[in-house]
Amino acid sequence: MNALSRRQVILTSGAILMVAPAQARSPGQPASARQRWGLLIDTAKCAPDCNVCVESCKAEMGLSGHDRPLTDAQYLRKINVKDPATGASHSLPVMCQHCAKPACVDVCPTGASFKRADGIVLVDRHICIGCRYCMMACPYKARSFAHEEQTDQQPHLPRGKGTVEGCTLCVHRVDQGLEPACVESCKAKAKGAMLFGDLNDPESDIAKRVAREATTRIRADLGLEPGVRYQGI
Amino acid sequence: MSTPTAFTQIRAYSRGWLALMGGLGAVIAAALAAVVYMEHQGHWVTGMTNQVVWGIPHVFAVFLIVAASGALNIASIGSVFGREEYQPLGRLSALLAIALLAGGLAVLVLDLGRPDRLFVAMTHFNFKSIFAWNVVLYSGFFAMVAIYLWTMVDWRARRFYKSAALGAFVWRLILTTGTGCIFGFLAAREAYGAAVMAPLFIAMSFAYGLAVFILVLAIGCKMTGRGLGDETLTRLVRLLGLFVAANLYFVALHHITQLYFAGRGGVEAFVLTGGGLITFAFWGGQVGLGGLMPLIIAFAGCGHAPRRRAMMASMLVIIGGLAQLYVLIIGGQTWPLDLFPGMEASSSFADGRLHAYAPTLPEVILGLGGIAIALAISVVGMTALRILPASLGVTSAPCCHHK
Amino acid sequence: MLARLLLGVLMMAGAAASFAADLPTLPKAKGEACIEASATMRRDHPDMLRHQRDDTLRQGIRGAKASLKECVACHAAETTEGRAIPVNDPGQFCQSCHAYAAVKPDCFECHATTPKPVKEASR
Repeated sequence: MNALSRRQVILTSGAILMVAPAQARSPGQPASARQRWGLLIDTAKCAPDCNVCVESCKAEMGLSGHDRPLTDAQYLRKINVKDPATGASHSLPVMCQHCAKPACVDVCPTGASFKRADGIVLVDRHICIGCRYCMMACPYKARSFAHEEQTDQQPHLPRGKGTVEGCTLCVHRVDQGLEPACVESCKAKAKGAMLFGDLNDPESDIAKRVAREATTRIRADLGLEPGVRYQGI
Repeated sequence: MSTPTAFTQIRAYSRGWLALMGGLGAVIAAALAAVVYMEHQGHWVTGMTNQVVWGIPHVFAVFLIVAASGALNIASIGSVFGREEYQPLGRLSALLAIALLAGGLAVLVLDLGRPDRLFVAMTHFNFKSIFAWNVVLYSGFFAMVAIYLWTMVDWRARRFYKSAALGAFVWRLILTTGTGCIFGFLAAREAYGAAVMAPLFIAMSFAYGLAVFILVLAIGCKMTGRGLGDETLTRLVRLLGLFVAANLYFVALHHITQLYFAGRGGVEAFVLTGGGLITFAFWGGQVGLGGLMPLIIAFAGCGHAPRRRAMMASMLVIIGGLAQLYVLIIGGQTWPLDLFPGMEASSSFADGRLHAYAPTLPEVILGLGGIAIALAISVVGMTALRILPASLGVTSAPCCHHK
Repeated sequence: MLARLLLGVLMMAGAAASFAADLPTLPKAKGEACIEASATMRRDHPDMLRHQRDDTLRQGIRGAKASLKECVACHAAETTEGRAIPVNDPGQFCQSCHAYAAVKPDCFECHATTPKPVKEASR
């Protein structure tokens, strides 16, 4: 893909440009630490029986699965949480939390688990040896191991047997200036519980909201500083 | 050394030698076939899942790696701590250390999702990873112990003996610390995530390594018709008892610490009382067979001849050790990650519930293959080098001490 | 590098036995011209792709000249019904040459072997 065609893509999809959380980086530019991509998820708007985000994730990432729930990959899952003392319950999507201090990156022997400059945590499958130590270390159970041969991969998401995988925050979309698939589908087909944006940009919606409203992070006590924040948990 | 010990090779291609090597070769071949099957199909044909990511192969691998560093202790006691009566055993001790580590690493590597990328693991290092450190520590251990063995076997290298011994001893302590830290550094896993893992693993290594050493020594001497006096065996079994006690002490310390932390009451209740097979393996295998029984055999005496006692205690320690690692590795992962402390969680991804793990045959065969590799290397080493002393005293008639 | 060596060995062996395997026949690409001359591509495509993969994945540099995705998009043939044929199928672009050179590429353990437009409708 050359510069012109990329520009054309963005210009011709004006509607997307209007709601895009950020401009696409121009070709040749690396991801920068000036940005810190994050999510804000409002559990009040997340219905327990709604699975829109999960389905869109599977379609976007080509996670066809083999109907083996214990070994099939799940990048994004809905967790139903209930307080046994009060009976209060709610539901929320959990994916890779894209930590600022990711445990998976610390423990990875080869450096296959890495954090991009803009805070997106990825697996470099070219050098992943499949030791699964990251899966032992991640407190969020965010990673899956490809337990068998994979087919029908999406061109933007290579995945194969014997390597570890997880949510990429739809890095292929983010680099085009789009939102992650789950966020887009939640907005379009559900109640818009998810907000994506640059936490480092004080003008972004997400930065304004986290500055104004009370938000929490899952297992904040572990000090990993996730990039995904929640309301109402 | 005050009295020079004569060391001899074991004779190759004797009937016993061929039978032993043939048997080990068959197990190794079966293990390799299992690996081809598992790697071709992918890990879904094992009992391992996205919940229990490390399984039986890791139980065997960690056992062998931990036992490897422990097997070196006998040599260290003779050299670093100057106990001359242990010096004739030093060569076997060093050879076993190398062999056991090779067996353990083979299992670990062959269970990787991409074992074909071993080269990547050797060329890409993330030095923040304790795993990467272990790659360095394991490779270094081979080198250190090989040099140490050389200084024992070749009189021209004798002047490096003390320094090589000290280096290997320090290295082995660091190595086992590193192995323990693989689990100790996992903050989110409630069953691990404790600094006591490092000394616990060192105590485990002392016990497992000596147990394997005693068995190989006793069987090796018997098969090759070498004398093995009661004095040596009595000394070794008492030492084994001491190491078993140290292991039990750190296990108790770990669990008491866990019980003290209110938040970890759940995982403790699971392991100690409500974990079914895990609980059974803990009390019956790890504590009963692998802890109390060897202690009784070592210190209370059971009336049997020292050879019998040493062999029984060693076998029990090995069984208990495998049970201990099963409880630690499998049990620790069976307990779910707690994303929302104090809350009940459920999802399509097995959140908030206990995970099941049932090993399949190929992965068990892979684990046994690791033991076979270790033994085969030991036999080849004893055949090629002068490892075993020609005699370690006079073997007593069996059961002469029986009441 | 390995490919080149193997190719050389193969050709020498072929010459010595005055026998050469049939040259691979490649399906025609969709585009008009490749990013470099065929000779360069034949020799250097592994290096180009390896360099690009690290830049794109680890640093997030997009829009590089070499791209496996674009290779597949251009070189995947189609059946008469218009269905894309995987580039690593026997006789297809990647596989025919790699079979000839006896080199197994690791790319398609993970990477898609057919171009696939993202179905917006599925979301």
